[in-house]
Amino acid sequence: MSLDLGFWTLQALNALQLSMLLFLLSIGLTVIFGLMHFVNLAHGALYALGAYFAASAAAVGGYWAGFFLAPVAVAGVGVLLYSGLIQRMRKSGPMAQVLVTFGLIFALLDITRIVWGDLALGLEVPDLLAGRVALLGVEYPAYRLFIIALGLAIFGALAFVLSRTQIGAMIRAGVDNDAMAACLGINVERLFFIVFCVGCALAGLAGAVAAPLLSVTPDMGLQILIPTLIVIVIGGLGSLKGAIAGSLIFGFVQTFGAVLAPQLASVLIYALLAAVLVIRPVGLFPAKG
Amino acid sequence: MKRALLAALGLATGFAMPATAQDIKVGLLLPFSGVYAALGNDIEAGFTTALEQFGSETPATFEIVREDTEVKPPVALAKAKKLILQDKVDVISGIVSSGVLGAVRDMVHGAGVPLIVANAGNDEATGEACSPYITRMSFSNGQVNRPMGKWMHDQGIRKVYTLAPDYAAGRQMIDGFVQTFTAAGGEIVGQEFTPFQKTQDFGPYMAQAKSSGAEAVFVFYAGGEAISFVKQYDSFGLKAELPLYGSGFLTSSLYVNAEGPAAEGVITALHYVPTLDNPANAQFVEAFKAKTGRVPSEFAVHGYDAGRALIEAVKAGATDRESLANALRQVSFDGPRGALSIDPATNNIVQPIYVYETIAGTDGLTQKVLAQLPAEADPVNGCEMAAPVSN
Repeated sequence: MSLDLGFWTLQALNALQLSMLLFLLSIGLTVIFGLMHFVNLAHGALYALGAYFAASAAAVGGYWAGFFLAPVAVAGVGVLLYSGLIQRMRKSGPMAQVLVTFGLIFALLDITRIVWGDLALGLEVPDLLAGRVALLGVEYPAYRLFIIALGLAIFGALAFVLSRTQIGAMIRAGVDNDAMAACLGINVERLFFIVFCVGCALAGLAGAVAAPLLSVTPDMGLQILIPTLIVIVIGGLGSLKGAIAGSLIFGFVQTFGAVLAPQLASVLIYALLAAVLVIRPVGLFPAKG
Repeated sequence: MKRALLAALGLATGFAMPATAQDIKVGLLLPFSGVYAALGNDIEAGFTTALEQFGSETPATFEIVREDTEVKPPVALAKAKKLILQDKVDVISGIVSSGVLGAVRDMVHGAGVPLIVANAGNDEATGEACSPYITRMSFSNGQVNRPMGKWMHDQGIRKVYTLAPDYAAGRQMIDGFVQTFTAAGGEIVGQEFTPFQKTQDFGPYMAQAKSSGAEAVFVFYAGGEAISFVKQYDSFGLKAELPLYGSGFLTSSLYVNAEGPAAEGVITALHYVPTLDNPANAQFVEAFKAKTGRVPSEFAVHGYDAGRALIEAVKAGATDRESLANALRQVSFDGPRGALSIDPATNNIVQPIYVYETIAGTDGLTQKVLAQLPAEADPVNGCEMAAPVSN
């Protein structure tokens, strides 16, 4: 095998691309958890819904219609979930929450099956992003570069909002100590609601972005859930830094594991997870020190 | 006295039975939910199409009891028990996943209930774990890929990189190909098995295939993984420099349209494509389209031929579990796939394999048959059973 520099560049880009996709998913989940202490296992199902909405909208109005509509539609589903179910579950403890959202996974999965059928759907990459771009001496698919750029852009935007704006300060205060934040006059409930909807929208966006790359199947949400949870546990709960660090670690371990030690590829990431849990149970960058 | 009379009466009606139309109870054991639900639906539609089309050839009536395996071996085993003990079916058909087939094998073998396998392709089912009660009308993993090794070598391809998901079927499919390809003088320059249903991004493996020095890539993927793989392969621009070959499930007509233009030019081998040019297939495609609005897939034809095989067995005079099992092993007919027969040594189907290229047609993607490779019976693989009784 001729493993030149180009090969490693290609693999590094692959790793980065996978990391960014996971980041879009895990950031929503981790902030919801950090702020609300609410484990939303149905987050993966929302991602699948996003992919389906994108595929349906794309069939009518092209890829970009799906790209912009899917996050809005999934945020809409988030509003329904929040007002119908999650608001009532706020005080009922983690076990009940896990059970309810676990049940939601299967309810949503069957709804997608009933509405869209069992056959996998496909979604074409938009013309603008079809083809490949020469970069650092390798030809890389433009659409994958777009995912990397989008992930970095979302990371930048969230970092700015969380660290430089008033609402960001309120969210950080809420994550740190919600009772104290409420005493200071912050409407924590409303904050929860906004964060939950943004998290859902990001899951929808991730689904729309992943759809042309992967196939759109009812169980895609289940497949992505475990990697997302691993990212959060490695990165640390509730923090942006943790989500991006966890995503990068997962992406690079998964990709280079598949290249360097293919027999161990599926075990490596779990071994890392176990190591993190033993050595640093709170994760690498937890929101609360 | 009274009891003797009743017994005589029972005997008399028993003997009288064959004269009246008999009722054959069929258990359809298929996944209607879970990852293979689309396959289960296609097989059922094929099966019922066959009963509608050929049912009039025999006076017997067929009653279908359908059960959902959920693609879970323990669930499937419970459902098989229910079909055998409670519904008292005469014959079972279906089974998509090899894991499920492994789980119900001892049950049907022990109870002596004939099982017509309509998908599951694990080589052992008609090898060391064969049973006179289990007849396979679908394919075996090795069978589909074995002819492709020699064919690709004949096309002048000498160095191949292989990829498949890391589970029994993936390994058997690739092994079938590798055996004949290396026997013909080809070289496998690299081989990778990706974590089954855990791999969403095939990019890392593709970069490896590219740098392996291979002239072509041979893969097996199915369902969602096939769609992701074919699209990602094309997005890296590999199709032009490193042609993609594979097991025909890669570009199955069931989901090839989700792959889109990325699938154009991919060359694979399978035992059925809907564009086969023969009268039996024309009739089948028309009937299936009228029923479902879709082009039939290889899964649909499994169901169709399983239904047809059952009718042929009944036509040959089979009436109960034992005689059905025996008759099913001797079934042969010209179906949409061409001339089919059952190999009495293993109970596996013997059928031609078609090499086809996926091309753009007038409405969506279609299949262009490049070659028909001769039907070959599988090696016996440790299968030991008595020959069927011919009447």
